Amino acid sequence: MPTVSMTVNGRKMSGECEERTLLVNFLRENLGLTGTHVGCDTSQCGACCVHINGDSVKSCTMLALQAEGAEITTIEGVADGDNLHAIQEAFRDNHGLQCGFCTPGMIMSALDLLKHNANPSEAEIRHHLEGNLCRCTGYHNIVKSIQAAAAAMGGTP
Amino acid sequence: MYAFKFHKPSSIEDAARLFSGADDARYLSGGHTLLPSMKLRLAGPSDIVDLSGIDSLKGIKVEGDKVVIGAGTRHNDVALSAEVRAAIPALADLAGGIGDFQVRNRGTIGGSIANADPSADYPAAIVGLGATVHTNKREIAGDDFFTGMFETALEDGEIVTAVSFPRPKRAAYMKFPNPASRYAVVGVMVAETASGMRVAVTGAAPSVFRIAEMEQALASNFSAEAIEGITVPADDLNSDMHAAADYRAHLVGVMAKRAIAKAAG
Ligand SMILES: Cc1cc2nc3c(=O)[nH]c(=O)nc-3n(C[C@H](O)[C@H](O)[C@H](O)COP(=O)(O)OP(=O)(O)OC[C@H]3O[C@@H](n4cnc5c(N)ncnc54)[C@H](O)[C@@H]3O)c2cc1C
Ligand code: FES
Ligand code: FES
Repeated sequence: MPTVSMTVNGRKMSGECEERTLLVNFLRENLGLTGTHVGCDTSQCGACCVHINGDSVKSCTMLALQAEGAEITTIEGVADGDNLHAIQEAFRDNHGLQCGFCTPGMIMSALDLLKHNANPSEAEIRHHLEGNLCRCTGYHNIVKSIQAAAAAMGGTP
Repeated sequence: MYAFKFHKPSSIEDAARLFSGADDARYLSGGHTLLPSMKLRLAGPSDIVDLSGIDSLKGIKVEGDKVVIGAGTRHNDVALSAEVRAAIPALADLAGGIGDFQVRNRGTIGGSIANADPSADYPAAIVGLGATVHTNKREIAGDDFFTGMFETALEDGEIVTAVSFPRPKRAAYMKFPNPASRYAVVGVMVAETASGMRVAVTGAAPSVFRIAEMEQALASNFSAEAIEGITVPADDLNSDMHAAADYRAHLVGVMAKRAIAKAAG
């Protein structure tokens, strides 16, 4: 089996996997980072969203081998130790989750939005979340959470 | 997903050699069409030749009145490029409407046109802007590139290296997106180019097509009113769970008018 190495949440990691192993399965099963979820496995829902070299992508639609040498950030790498990131606080304060299944993907997706657009409008947030599905909240409080996070982050994600 | 061998060459020559040396190889670019179809076991290649390690396939260059986009350039690289937005805003708009933000961070122009999905957006730009497709073997006129549903003029193992788009005088793209996938139920690129008017339709038929009657009408009067009453026959259009052929025929007129109005500014 091939070996793949990548930097995940700032730490160099490597492991053996089959050629056909998807990145999301490598993260969850080989590295034990189960915060990244598999909602649909068909590239629709965004629950598996992680950052690769700074860009949000669906890790169920990438081979682990394609991430060789990449810098990856998962939801586990967002908080600073026990201190939640402002966007995590904002989701908690604004009831931006119910079951929480979509939340890691929502947060990783929203962080990428805030990187490109520090003060997005409600319409821009909703447009950006096209690739992230939530079956519980009706999106309203997710949008509110992201607006609150943008304000708390003061334009510097 | 069936098992396969994985190769990541760093040159076009090595990629072509690996492809021809394998039983049943497929190139992999952004993987946003190929990997989903492999998961569904609709595709089961013996070998995957990943093109993403080939630097010469990536990037955007503005050369005189042409925008040249490497085959491995991602949709978001095009959508968010200030250079593309300045030269051909309709192309930046089209790329920015593909799928969702995360899809645009992986999917590439080369993969999209090689795949030739009848509902893909880029075919409307290739034909509607009169682009040229460059491969590792030759140049193919955009008008000759798409030959049918999921079919192109590419030979087995031929690699798309870049697409060059001549800068139009004015152009706009409008689509009626499928609300779930964002693929074009119908998408229309309207352009006034150095070599004349172009109206190219994706999503409606098995493959992208031009509407000569609309192009003629626009040549004498570039306005939405000019194409009033010009229709495409529904007989040759696609009917599926997303839209019936007669509805698609109707949408062609609506999207064309919106694109003309936008291009006219
Ligand atoms: C959820 C979702 C929504 C989407 N919505 C849209 C949409 O709204 N509009 C739209 O147009 N598309 C949409 N797509 C498709 C997306 O744009 C794909 O990225 C694209 O069609 C394929 O590009 P790729 O780089 O991912 O190619 P891949 O999947 O890697 O490859 C596709 C095919 O092209 C071949 N290939 C790749 N590169 C080359 C090359 N350089 N030379 C020769 N052959 C090559 C491969 O062998 C394969 O057969 C969507 C996809 C998903 C998952
Ligand atoms: S699990 Fe990846 S998009 Fe749904
Ligand atoms: S909170 Fe349950 S899916 Fe979003």
